[in-house]
Amino acid sequence: MLEPVYSPAFKKHPLQWIQINLFYDWFSSVMTLLVGYLLVSFLPALIDWIFISADWFGSSREDCSGEGACWVFIGARFDQFIYGFYPPEEYWRVNLATVLLIALMVPLFFENFTKKAWLIAFLLIGYPVIAKILFAGGVFGLEQVDTEQWGGLMLTLIIATVGIIASLPIGILVALGRRSEMPIIRWLCVSFIEVMRGVPLITILFMASVMLPLFMPEGVSFDKLMRAMIGITLFQAAYMAEVIRGGLQAIPKGQYEAADSLGLNYFQKMGFIILPQALKLVIPGIVNTFIALFKDTSLILIIGLFELSGIMKAALNDPDWLGFAIEGYLFAALIYWIFCFGMSRYSMRVEAKLNTGHR
Amino acid sequence: MNQSHIKEEIVIELNNVNKWYGDFHVLKDINLKVKSGERIVICGPSGSGKSTMIRCLNRLEAHQKGDIIIEGTPLTNDIRNIEVIRKDVGMVFQHFNLFPHLSVLDNCCLAPQWVKKVPRKEAEETAMKYLERVKIPDQALKYPGQLSGGQQQRVAIARSLCMNPNIMLFDEPTSALDPEMIKEVLDVMVELAEEGMTMLCVTHEMGFAKKVADRVIFMDGGEIIEENDPHQFFDNPQSERTQLFLSQILHN
Ligand SMILES: Nc1ncnc2c1ncn2[C@@H]1O[C@H](COP(=O)(O)OP(=O)(O)O)[C@@H](O)[C@H]1O
Ligand SMILES: [Mg+2]
Repeated sequence: MLEPVYSPAFKKHPLQWIQINLFYDWFSSVMTLLVGYLLVSFLPALIDWIFISADWFGSSREDCSGEGACWVFIGARFDQFIYGFYPPEEYWRVNLATVLLIALMVPLFFENFTKKAWLIAFLLIGYPVIAKILFAGGVFGLEQVDTEQWGGLMLTLIIATVGIIASLPIGILVALGRRSEMPIIRWLCVSFIEVMRGVPLITILFMASVMLPLFMPEGVSFDKLMRAMIGITLFQAAYMAEVIRGGLQAIPKGQYEAADSLGLNYFQKMGFIILPQALKLVIPGIVNTFIALFKDTSLILIIGLFELSGIMKAALNDPDWLGFAIEGYLFAALIYWIFCFGMSRYSMRVEAKLNTGHR
Repeated sequence: MNQSHIKEEIVIELNNVNKWYGDFHVLKDINLKVKSGERIVICGPSGSGKSTMIRCLNRLEAHQKGDIIIEGTPLTNDIRNIEVIRKDVGMVFQHFNLFPHLSVLDNCCLAPQWVKKVPRKEAEETAMKYLERVKIPDQALKYPGQLSGGQQQRVAIARSLCMNPNIMLFDEPTSALDPEMIKEVLDVMVELAEEGMTMLCVTHEMGFAKKVADRVIFMDGGEIIEENDPHQFFDNPQSERTQLFLSQILHN
């Protein structure tokens, strides 16, 4: 009998791994040594600053020694970073909405839960109504909290979630419209994409907040947050449409023909055959757009809304806490990173699950 | 050959059908009548318009002049006519065109469920019946990417049959297959022919043509050059172009 022969990459011995991966030739050896040197010279100092010499507990800047990071600043302002200017005695409403959302989403992760479609429908239609009532109040004896008071991570997540959920279907419709056989629809969709993509998001937000009210009839005011959400959503929907169009173009003509020959109509063909395959192909691009959207929320500062990075900026200008910009931005970056990395990982899981061994 | 399976009713009728791709005249005055139960093999050199002709029969391509009438329904731009005809005409492609994101069973159930509004359970029963007919009921829960070419083509045939079509179109169903898989697909097609299905088959499989075809049609340059029963066609071709074509395929 023949011994199985492993390809070199599968050899398990650690020394061999090191030799193959780190010291394969002179170039990789030099790179390994260089990177090793940089790590050894910077990492200890960084770890020391962030963890070891850092001050973790206290309530004012006097509690910080100045030798390491001053995480006291983050602790002291933590509630504001999360809730913005939301009245503290009403925080429970935000917490309740969050817990409810998580509780509703848990069953989606169980393979044998059979009512997923209903739950998703409720999450998309019922839950937003509940969340809106909890956040804004003004009914059922809940004190009214204006959207101007919303802020911090809460506001970031609200805008990002609405944007992500709305930009996907809009993107799909625009992508289909761009490939439509009706010239008017095609023309409208192309114009939408080109206008949205050709203008910086900041400009769109400015126009949404400054120009839109000019065109509105007297007395009609339209919530600032709503305008920001519409602006961000439409902006990313244009990118989404192009990502999805790429997926649609990658589907072989034979798939359309097979669907046609079986008598499926346009919507059945797109809904059951073409879109599921096209969307699956472009999951990385879709998630990329979601992540971009998530980070774009930080731009709404310019129209006077204080989401996570905006409230951070405001806190850093507080005379009591001047000089902690590194801590502040590191913390904000960590929060953004956690959510974006989570999306990226989740998308990889979805991709693996949808893999049916085709090509 | 025994002609008793052929009924009098004409189910496909092409009258002076013409089609152009831009300036290129692909189909030139095609005339053809097919009776219910008839099995027709279409052959001819590559680029002669065979695929284009049978794709016009379920409006995957639109013809520009002449009439195509399928089971009494004329093919026009009227989407309702097209829908009626597509429900009744199955098609099998050279490259199978299975839906790779759906299991074999779902490939078979989708159209009956949504086009014919058959309940899921009944659609599954029908699907299993046809998967048994093409001898792969055990693969029902697999995805197309996990099957061999021959198995995929048999699933494609089963998928079409699940719509209960009266007419089946085949466009070179075996030419993308490895030689050892051709037979398993042809066997299924022979069985289908013996059950009385009206079939139009673009193929160069002469054995198949001799065994089941009632007529062989030879196309070249967008025209029907010759039409004959298979034995006459292969043993005693009339036109020079047919003779040349046959000598070429016999050499391979
Ligand atoms: N979509 C198309 N656009 C332009 N020309 C085409 C198209 N499809 C086929 N043709 C041309 O029409 C001719 C007939 O094609 P086809 O019907 O596929 O031939 P066959 O199936 O007999 O090989 C070929 O010359 C081919 O190049
Ligand atoms: Mg062809």
